[in-house]
Amino acid sequence: MISYFVSFLIIGSIYAIAALALNLQWGFTGLMNFGIGAFYMLGAYTSAILTSGPTTEHIGGFGLPVVAGFIGAALVSGGVAFLIGFPALRLRGGTFAIALLAIHETLLLVVRNESWLTNGVWGIRGIPRPFFEVVNPKHYGYIYLIIVGGLLLLIYLAIAKAVRSPWGRILRGIGEDEDLTSMSGKNCWSYKMQSFIFGSMIMGIAGAAYVHYTGFVSPQVFNPLMSTFIVWLMVMVGGTGNNRGVIAGAFLVWAIWVGSDFLTDFVPAAVATRIGFIRMLFVGIILGITVLTRPQGILSGEKRN
Amino acid sequence: MLKVNKINKHFGGVQAICDCTLEVEKGTITGLIGPNGAGKTTLFNVITGFYKPGSGQIHFNDEDITGLQPYQIFRRGLFRTFQITREYKEMSVLENLLLIPKGQVGERLWNVWFKAKTIAEQEQENLDKAQEILEFLEMKSKKDMPAKHLPGGEKKLLELGRMMMVDLDMVLLDEPGAGIPPILQNKVLDYIKKMSRERGLTLFVVEHDMNVIMNLCDPIIVMTDGSVLTQGSPEEVRSDKRVIQAYLGQNPSEHHT
Repeated sequence: MISYFVSFLIIGSIYAIAALALNLQWGFTGLMNFGIGAFYMLGAYTSAILTSGPTTEHIGGFGLPVVAGFIGAALVSGGVAFLIGFPALRLRGGTFAIALLAIHETLLLVVRNESWLTNGVWGIRGIPRPFFEVVNPKHYGYIYLIIVGGLLLLIYLAIAKAVRSPWGRILRGIGEDEDLTSMSGKNCWSYKMQSFIFGSMIMGIAGAAYVHYTGFVSPQVFNPLMSTFIVWLMVMVGGTGNNRGVIAGAFLVWAIWVGSDFLTDFVPAAVATRIGFIRMLFVGIILGITVLTRPQGILSGEKRN
Repeated sequence: MLKVNKINKHFGGVQAICDCTLEVEKGTITGLIGPNGAGKTTLFNVITGFYKPGSGQIHFNDEDITGLQPYQIFRRGLFRTFQITREYKEMSVLENLLLIPKGQVGERLWNVWFKAKTIAEQEQENLDKAQEILEFLEMKSKKDMPAKHLPGGEKKLLELGRMMMVDLDMVLLDEPGAGIPPILQNKVLDYIKKMSRERGLTLFVVEHDMNVIMNLCDPIIVMTDGSVLTQGSPEEVRSDKRVIQAYLGQNPSEHHT
């Protein structure tokens, strides 16, 4: 039970990292990134390929240290964001969102089919878990929780500092009124690009954090529901533009998501097999309640920070 | 200082600006008047890079600025205010001002984490300046209020406050007096005159209030139907029959001639 809870906290923290990144892009800059999963996936696969041991099934087996995996994940996600940003940042609002969604689906197809690179649907195994050898495997969760928790704290502090600075003020300005910001002498395109790249790098780091916990990665994890839409839910429930709020939102949504598993014991068998749909219903209800009663998010009333 | 040469701009079939040519001399407060729909605000939008002109050139300080991005034009020292006020609604009044200064150290992401001290010093400088401006505009008590809660007149003042945050060569003011209480209006107009006299700031002002225009501006340019009708001193413009016609419609006796 306790290890279940630790596992919940680890995955919750990883989602919280992704939610912070989305909050930077959407909550502050107004970039409707519906391709979170793409950067999450890029980070996950980059780190997996860089750090896993020798293999004949796919490219890689570089066996680099885990830290290199994290750095590589951030660089590849950021680099791809830079390339995508050139055409995509010309689009505004909903069209940007659709473009990113399409890019995610395209990259997902590449990952599924280019098995020389990613081993296709079979996935990559044997991804190293940091400090796995030095502790009792039974207690490994605690170690990883400390790593991921520290990462979350570090990223939270970095983002909180950035959005309070003049840099963040310009992002908020763009989020509110891009034309006015441009007429105030700020190169909006450059700032949108910076926000897009920085946020996407953090999403890549979240992906790396995921694979070094599970030790395995396959394309199933990166369907838009589990890698993009759930993060949007977390941000909306937590409070768009509120960093502490979206962390709380991430844990709350994730708690409801995994908590619904426990329900299977208490409901008739016919319903239990459909629990996956019921959890979506729950999450939908939570979103509805939040939007109706606390449109600023569960931690509303706090100043933006 | 500002030369507009044969600018054309149309939206679909509507010719908003038609072969418009005009010049604003350095150090003057030039007025721009004309009936509604004459193209004054569109001209401002074209000059500041918000719209691309269909044809023609704009020179500012002897440099061709046609087709530059709005932020590039701002950086050359040309600023504008809006007829319908624009402000960052969710930001505080103070933040609305703090965003404006050019080249802040903290505008670079890397510096945010590694040059915190320099940024803090610069922020304090800008903060002092902003407080001073708010005091002048009699808005100091509202500095932490989200700008969306300001009454219309004070939103107008906030735009002027933004202008005061930076050193500029030229400012385009779109109806600066509208919606401001008369006493404060005088204060603001005095400030504009003072800026012009002491710092050589060039101003180009659209205004509907004829008292403001006649007291503040010289020369005055009159626009109708997207091009310049005439220009001259306040007296000349006031006595020009064509100007009166443009405002009041064509004289019936001259119809069909």
